[in-house]
Amino acid sequence: MIGAAPPAAAQGETAARPDPGRDTIDNFVMTARNVNVYYGDKHAVKNVNLDIGRNQVLAMIGPSGCGKSTFLRCLNRMNDTIPGARVDGLITLDGQDIYDRKQDVAQLRARVGIVFQKPTPFPQSIYANVAYGPRIHGLAGTRGDLDELVQTSLERAGLWDEVKDRLSQPGTSLSGGQQQRLCIARTIAVNPEVILMDEPTSALDPTACAKIEDLIDELRKNYAITIVTHNMQQAARVSQRTAYFYLGDLVEVGPTDLMFTNPQQKLTEDYITGRFG
Amino acid sequence: MAIIDPRHAARQLIFERVFRSATLAAAILVLLILGGVAASLLRGAWPALSHFGIKFVTREVWNPVTDEFGALAPIYGTLVTSLIAMVLAVPTGFGIALFLTELCPPWLKRPIGVSVELLAAVPSIIFGIWGLFVLAPVVQRHLQPWLISHIGPLPGIGRLFQGPPFGIGILTAGLVLAIMVLPFIAATMRDVFDTVPPMLKESGYGLGATTWEVIWHVVVPHSRVGMVGGIMLGLGRALGETMAVTFVIGNAHRISASILAPGTTISSAIANEFTEAVGELYTSSLIALGLLLFIITFTVIIAAQAMLRRLERRALSSA
Repeated sequence: MIGAAPPAAAQGETAARPDPGRDTIDNFVMTARNVNVYYGDKHAVKNVNLDIGRNQVLAMIGPSGCGKSTFLRCLNRMNDTIPGARVDGLITLDGQDIYDRKQDVAQLRARVGIVFQKPTPFPQSIYANVAYGPRIHGLAGTRGDLDELVQTSLERAGLWDEVKDRLSQPGTSLSGGQQQRLCIARTIAVNPEVILMDEPTSALDPTACAKIEDLIDELRKNYAITIVTHNMQQAARVSQRTAYFYLGDLVEVGPTDLMFTNPQQKLTEDYITGRFG
Repeated sequence: MAIIDPRHAARQLIFERVFRSATLAAAILVLLILGGVAASLLRGAWPALSHFGIKFVTREVWNPVTDEFGALAPIYGTLVTSLIAMVLAVPTGFGIALFLTELCPPWLKRPIGVSVELLAAVPSIIFGIWGLFVLAPVVQRHLQPWLISHIGPLPGIGRLFQGPPFGIGILTAGLVLAIMVLPFIAATMRDVFDTVPPMLKESGYGLGATTWEVIWHVVVPHSRVGMVGGIMLGLGRALGETMAVTFVIGNAHRISASILAPGTTISSAIANEFTEAVGELYTSSLIALGLLLFIITFTVIIAAQAMLRRLERRALSSA
């Protein structure tokens, strides 16, 4: 339990972390080693080493254009769809290289789901939105199984009570915050191991935002979560580990409470105290 | 507080009123023109319609010598040539549009896109002479003999492909029309597919959908309305196209079971015969043909909108 370390132990741990850009953990589900990303000539992510732990939230923070979203999108190969993007280095999921030629990208994305900045419900009913992933992957044998899967997914996303009477209405008829929880339900319906979130609350009002944050904390029991956020308070509230990116470099990564109370790097301190960014 | 000169404010107000009335007048003009077209067609067609009654649309006979006129053959020709054109052009246009927006390597995008637009700019008379001098002989020598010998003997569907290979006829007209409407359908569908938010497509990919699944489940449902719009644009052109069809359809006022046989369409019958139409009944019958085309096009548009509404309802209730 990294997050529960008392201040005294934290001081000791500081000494044990000679390289702030490397923070390895034991209970990881994904690892990234020497990852570089290029968009044409632009070197967007530089030699990043980072682990994603089970049952914990990793927050990635940093000023705009620092490469955090780019790195996030490497973790389920969303960058494959961008012309001119090139990734090198090693990224593994359960020990398997996800950039291996034999890797089925669709299968990978079913195991590493993603939620975007803006809610993106499909132009279909609420039910069909959640059922979409299970349908294309053949996860539910019968209609009853599918109904149950849709219900559990919506329950886990904290949306069931609000929509159970209008599952056949279009997903776009929901409010922004509800739509984003619908997208989360849609993602967890395929039972991924990792959920990536790319600024999931940036388009939402504070109340909806708080609901999503509570939900993230709840989802941590079952999934590994990686969240990119511009909001440092949000990183401090929801995450157990924080990674700070600057101009494509992973400057520092460590337990969230240490990062915000006792950053190792001047750059990190300047950013989290609001001196720039 | 800013002090606005009252004269300036009055000028603003006047301009605003003039602007509003001008746009209103423009909008009303559309209604007037449409009403005017319908009224003058109806007036011109009245002698024929009152003389033949309902028989005008149920009879195949078209005999200027005995003043016997029936519109069934041109109606049939118009609908069948357009149907052939749509059957060929809609899937092809859909494929072109999907390839251009979802699959095409960036360097190939412009050449293909520009070609599609250039194809739309070719005047119909060019398609007409090309159809008559280039396409028809090829169809006569290769396509029709093959159809006659391979599909002709089949029961049922074979009846559509029997008889001598004339080269010109309903099928050839349908082929030329397909080429003519293809760029409209492809360009409209491409523009519609381009409006699908990238993040929506990424959401599909992010759930582990394949390119085909994203196209079929995300891009197409999102573009449904625009796609039908593109198809209707093409169908409108196919129904009304005159010159190119007149060149290659054979201009025979009869209905044959075989689509290889010559036929006629409403617009090519009008174009062919207007100069030689003598007598009130003959002229009036041609105008009545025009009225029928007007009604057919109108019905197609209304049917398309009804279909669209039903599609939308069904998409939502497919929970």
